[in-house]
Amino acid sequence: MPKRILIADDEPNIVVSLEFLMKREGFDVQVATDGEAALQAIAAQMPDLILLDVMLPKKDGFEVCQHIRSNAAWQPIKVVMLTAKGRDTEVSKGLALGADAYMTKPFSTRDLVAQVRSLLGLTAP
Amino acid sequence: MHHRTRLAVGLGALYGLLTVLFGILGLVLWTDMQDAERQAVLAIMKPRYAMAVVIILLAWLGLGLMVGVLYRAYALAPLRLREQALVMVNSNPALRLQVRGAPEIRTLAQVVNALADQRESLQRDVEQKILEAKTSVEEERNRLAALMSELTQGVVVCNLEGRILLYNNRARLQFQVLGPGASGGSTALIGLGRSIFAMMERNLITHALESVQHRLQRGSAQPSTNFVTSTRAGQLIRVQMAPVFGDATERVISGYVLMLDNITQHVEMQNQRDLLLQTLTEGSRASLGNVRAAAENLLQYPDMENAQRERFVAVIRDEVQTLSQRIQHASSEFADTIRARWPLEDMLGSDLLQVAQQRIEQRIGLSATVEAPANDLWIRVDSFSLLQGLCHLAARLKETCGVDAVALRLQPSGRRTALDLLWSGPALDAAVLADWEQTPMRADGEGSPLTLREVIERHGGELWQQHDRDTPLSLIRVLLPTTVAHEAADPSVWLHKESRPEYYDFDLFRHTEETRALDERLLTQLSYTVFDTETTGLEPSEGDEIIQIGATRIVNGRLLRNESIDQLLDPQRRLTPESISIHGITEDMVQGQPTIAQVLPTFHAFCEDTVLVAHNAAFDMRFLQLKEASTGIVFSHPVLDTLLLSGVIHPNQESHRLEAIAQRLGVSVIGRHTALGDAIVTGEIFLKMLPLLAEQNIHTLGQARAAAARTYYARTTY
Repeated sequence: MPKRILIADDEPNIVVSLEFLMKREGFDVQVATDGEAALQAIAAQMPDLILLDVMLPKKDGFEVCQHIRSNAAWQPIKVVMLTAKGRDTEVSKGLALGADAYMTKPFSTRDLVAQVRSLLGLTAP
Repeated sequence: MHHRTRLAVGLGALYGLLTVLFGILGLVLWTDMQDAERQAVLAIMKPRYAMAVVIILLAWLGLGLMVGVLYRAYALAPLRLREQALVMVNSNPALRLQVRGAPEIRTLAQVVNALADQRESLQRDVEQKILEAKTSVEEERNRLAALMSELTQGVVVCNLEGRILLYNNRARLQFQVLGPGASGGSTALIGLGRSIFAMMERNLITHALESVQHRLQRGSAQPSTNFVTSTRAGQLIRVQMAPVFGDATERVISGYVLMLDNITQHVEMQNQRDLLLQTLTEGSRASLGNVRAAAENLLQYPDMENAQRERFVAVIRDEVQTLSQRIQHASSEFADTIRARWPLEDMLGSDLLQVAQQRIEQRIGLSATVEAPANDLWIRVDSFSLLQGLCHLAARLKETCGVDAVALRLQPSGRRTALDLLWSGPALDAAVLADWEQTPMRADGEGSPLTLREVIERHGGELWQQHDRDTPLSLIRVLLPTTVAHEAADPSVWLHKESRPEYYDFDLFRHTEETRALDERLLTQLSYTVFDTETTGLEPSEGDEIIQIGATRIVNGRLLRNESIDQLLDPQRRLTPESISIHGITEDMVQGQPTIAQVLPTFHAFCEDTVLVAHNAAFDMRFLQLKEASTGIVFSHPVLDTLLLSGVIHPNQESHRLEAIAQRLGVSVIGRHTALGDAIVTGEIFLKMLPLLAEQNIHTLGQARAAAARTYYARTTY
């Protein structure tokens, strides 16, 4: 059974790439375009991993991450935060709030895929 | 009595006395004689009566002459001496006694004259010394005043209690509250003897002083400290505090110097830079991320469907456009921020040309002419390196092209200023100019590690050569940054130009905070706010309002005309024609001026720690007191009224109007019936009153207030 991935990002131009990339890697992909939609999607069907942008409308990435980590049933979800700011203070905050990894834009798709696979315990194809 | 009459009376008395004495002698002899003896005497005398009368008259005459001589020598001469000596002592030290009369008196006169000579020469010496000392003190003061007024940094010197001992005009401008642009006038809260804490947080100063102390204890050589504060007008000021030592060897702090730099603009610039950096870094990350992901997908999965490929290509195109726009925007928006890292100075265009002309003529030996630029053309340059660059160009022109005369010109060119170096002759080969630009500059044996190109880049400028449009000349043009809105001179500086600014009073260094109640303090030691108001009418209780406030200060017995308020107010009611004819303030003058509620807080702060002085103060105070309820500002200062004090000093005079008092006390009245004009006159007469009050044993504020309350005029109330 393929691993399930939730992409939470409001920018269509990156969603296009991420969705394509994850599908080509053989994952089951879902997309949410704001923080609240992301939480609803998780509640509806728990993903194995979430690619979570920091700057989301309604609820920002940090809030979503905190929600996930405060819900005992959701602990297995891996959280990869994506940011366009790249300040080290922000990275520290994300990791402190329970994110498993932090990717700063622009990132290499290869690195992202490697990061996702290693978090999901998959070996490189 | 005149001395001749006195002499005549004296002589008459003498003659009378002699007549009586001889009469008594004759009578006694006559009664003592026998009849026979009487017959014999009569017989002897009868034929000789005429002779006897003549002898007696001659004796009288001789006696009169003798008495006259003695009188002149022993009585008249000392009298004259006395008069002359009094004149000499009291009014004319140059007068000398006339040496006349008896020998003793002559000697006396000579001795007095010798003493007077000695006294006069001593006095001259002392006066000379005083004059010299005064001149040197005056010179030092002038030098200090000149130095302070030229500084572009604000400087304030305070004693340990925070009283201001000295400040310069720049500091005054920095603490201005109501803008100087308003036609109603300007107000600065800075003033001699005032507390610095009215302008700056007390804790900031205390903290800074503590850290200076701390550094001193550690033996620091430069125990100064910095902090940043904001003014009431919202400007950011960086303050450097340095201690003032009362005793240089002991290093005991007796006060401090505050140097003020307005860094508002600097901080704004810094913020802009930050914003720019943020826009370019963080703002670009997202777009770059999108492009990179799309591009990598395209490369990594070449087998994707066409529709998919199209979508990725569209993403790349979109994002690259966004990025281009962002960079375009950043470079236009932040153009001023990006360039000019190098410290450039503002300079008047004509000054630069003048110096350049001299340099080129003296060092390069070319004749140089200057076309005068517009008077207000200011440029922002590093004048040292720019002048080197110009000399370098002139020297190359002379050496390579045999040019013997150049002209210099400055003119605005869009947002920049074009500096042209013109010569008569063919244009240069482009490669030659490029070479001149890129080799280190040298002129007249003076080399520089810089190249002309680097100098131009420092100015964020450009350089090229072309033909002049209007003349057959060739020219090299350098584009330089223009600076706009160069600080206009503060009008109040010009207004007070004739009097040297009273920005310092070092006597305040010795002042310590008096714990005694104000009432017990000497009138000569208090600080005063002398003020006057113009109003719409005489009945504040019936809605009449203040339309002008003028105030000035007296500190240490000096009227500080520079520290003044001259403010028009909008009374928010119509002005009556009768009142306009008195104060000359018309509707359009008060329109747009602040209201009393806006001005009172400033006026109140201006009056802080002072005694209020006004002519007929009860009237002005009534207007202020009626505003207490609506503004919450209470004027509880002690008040002195020159009208009442005049009644104390001259109880028998009929008029105590301001003009009448001014005339009596010899104060010239100018600009009557403007609030500030009247306030200044009031201040001057108040200062003249202080010694007159002292003659009546009125020395303290309490005594003055009690005396004023006793006068008849104290019963007048509004």
